[in-house]
Amino acid sequence: MILAQIIEQLFKKPATNKFPVKYMPKSVSAFLKSGRPIVPPVPTPPRFRGKLIYHREKCVGCEQCGRVCPANVIQFVPQEKKVRFYLARCTFCGQCTDICPADAIEMSNEFLLADYNKYSKNLVLE
Amino acid sequence: MTEEEARLQRTYYTIPIGPTHPSLKEPLQFSFDLEGERVVDVEIKPGWNHRGLEVLGMKRNPLQTLYLAERLCGICSVSHLITFSRAVENALGIAVPPRAEYIRVIIAELERIHSHILWAGVAAHELGFDTLLHLTWRVREQVMDILELLTGNRVNYALVTIGGVRRDITREQEPLVRQALRYYKDLLEMLVDAFLHDPTIELRTRDVGVLSYKDALELMAVGPTARASGVKKDIRVDQPYLAYPALELEPITPDLFRPEVHGDVYDKIIVRLLEVEQSIGLIEQALEKMPEGEIGRATKEEMTELLVQIKKREGEGIGRHEAPRGELFHYIRFQRDSEIPILWKVKCPTYSNLMSYRPMFQGAQIADIPIIIACIDPCIACMDRVIVRRDGREETWQIAQLLAKSWEKTRRLKG
Repeated sequence: MILAQIIEQLFKKPATNKFPVKYMPKSVSAFLKSGRPIVPPVPTPPRFRGKLIYHREKCVGCEQCGRVCPANVIQFVPQEKKVRFYLARCTFCGQCTDICPADAIEMSNEFLLADYNKYSKNLVLE
Repeated sequence: MTEEEARLQRTYYTIPIGPTHPSLKEPLQFSFDLEGERVVDVEIKPGWNHRGLEVLGMKRNPLQTLYLAERLCGICSVSHLITFSRAVENALGIAVPPRAEYIRVIIAELERIHSHILWAGVAAHELGFDTLLHLTWRVREQVMDILELLTGNRVNYALVTIGGVRRDITREQEPLVRQALRYYKDLLEMLVDAFLHDPTIELRTRDVGVLSYKDALELMAVGPTARASGVKKDIRVDQPYLAYPALELEPITPDLFRPEVHGDVYDKIIVRLLEVEQSIGLIEQALEKMPEGEIGRATKEEMTELLVQIKKREGEGIGRHEAPRGELFHYIRFQRDSEIPILWKVKCPTYSNLMSYRPMFQGAQIADIPIIIACIDPCIACMDRVIVRRDGREETWQIAQLLAKSWEKTRRLKG
């Protein structure tokens, strides 16, 4: 029975999605700069837990999100009564979005967050 | 003959395996005494993957610790979450709505399917059957997709919370879950054929790593390791919890598949594959019987209220759950005027199963070592709990030292 599976697989498309490119480019940074198209990732389901979105104007500075965050992502900035997110630590549990009384925090579909610098612009939300 | 003379006279020699070794997925140190090709005895030294999670848990409130507890293990993560929530609910006397209990059961059983299929792949890889590894891991993707659909995350689902669950299973999602279950039902025949009727796998696993019924009882093995030796032991049946009392369920032992129980690695494969089938049935039953209604604490008012309640009350509680690897146990204790627990203790199934390695290894060949290590489905990251570091030196405590410490504490408390 397994032999039938193997022979069937010979003529089928591989299950692996070749993301971002089929073969490893010689230089990754040169490839990214060239702007050539990449193989799209597997689509995310609805209500996926991805990168946080922060609506700064809605935030009331109640500090509730910091009380439930398991990874200490959220830093309170007392001068402005707003918060700052260090997303490199985020574990995508989404408790801050649940507890926020002003609905200032949301989760998006974005999940490509790899970076060399954990304090880069992409990973610090203000 | 003195001890020194006995040591000099022995004919066997010792090979160390680990803490890091290609056949080990996680760090664990073995030291095998060998006589030719045969293993005479084995010494096991855990403690290489200690992360101090319990201490972290004693520095934050339970809502923060929830998803830290989930990260004790990457495979049986929702088991830790359910057990931790049940311990907190037990300590504070929080009731869980019936629908939430059913949703917890569904997620726990989906996780069992993915864990057992993952284990089957690892076992095939340890035997050198990599085609089967790739096949099992490909079919595992279906259940991972369903978990992602239901919870929003592929692993570490963050679905369960204290007093309920955070997301409901909607009407649109139900047919998709049923479709995935049908996929696994059709597939199971193929998996059973590939694993249990394959002559090579039979040769490599029959009468290898035998754990007798008596040893399994005496060494307190849990989960599939115990059930493969014929011990009918399953928390879901022995002390039913969540929605399990309402579901039809029997502990799976290998005599359902072949006439007698041997307790070898082959039996462990049987038990795990049959448990995949059992889990499919349980999810179907749970979907049928699931009542409508509340799903528990998910709104902001309820979360804030819960934190207030934790601060007000004190008490201790335990939670138990049949994780894919066996019985899981959490203990938690709260004091008044603090939302931070003063004690949190985790006992993982691998810790209970570690002792059964010794009879399993006796008489085995060197080449059988990887599959015997894999056969209890060890999860070292879950298990490593006690380690002492002092002045840059590391001591692993033996039972006598632990007893002495315990007596000292009793004396100290008596004053």
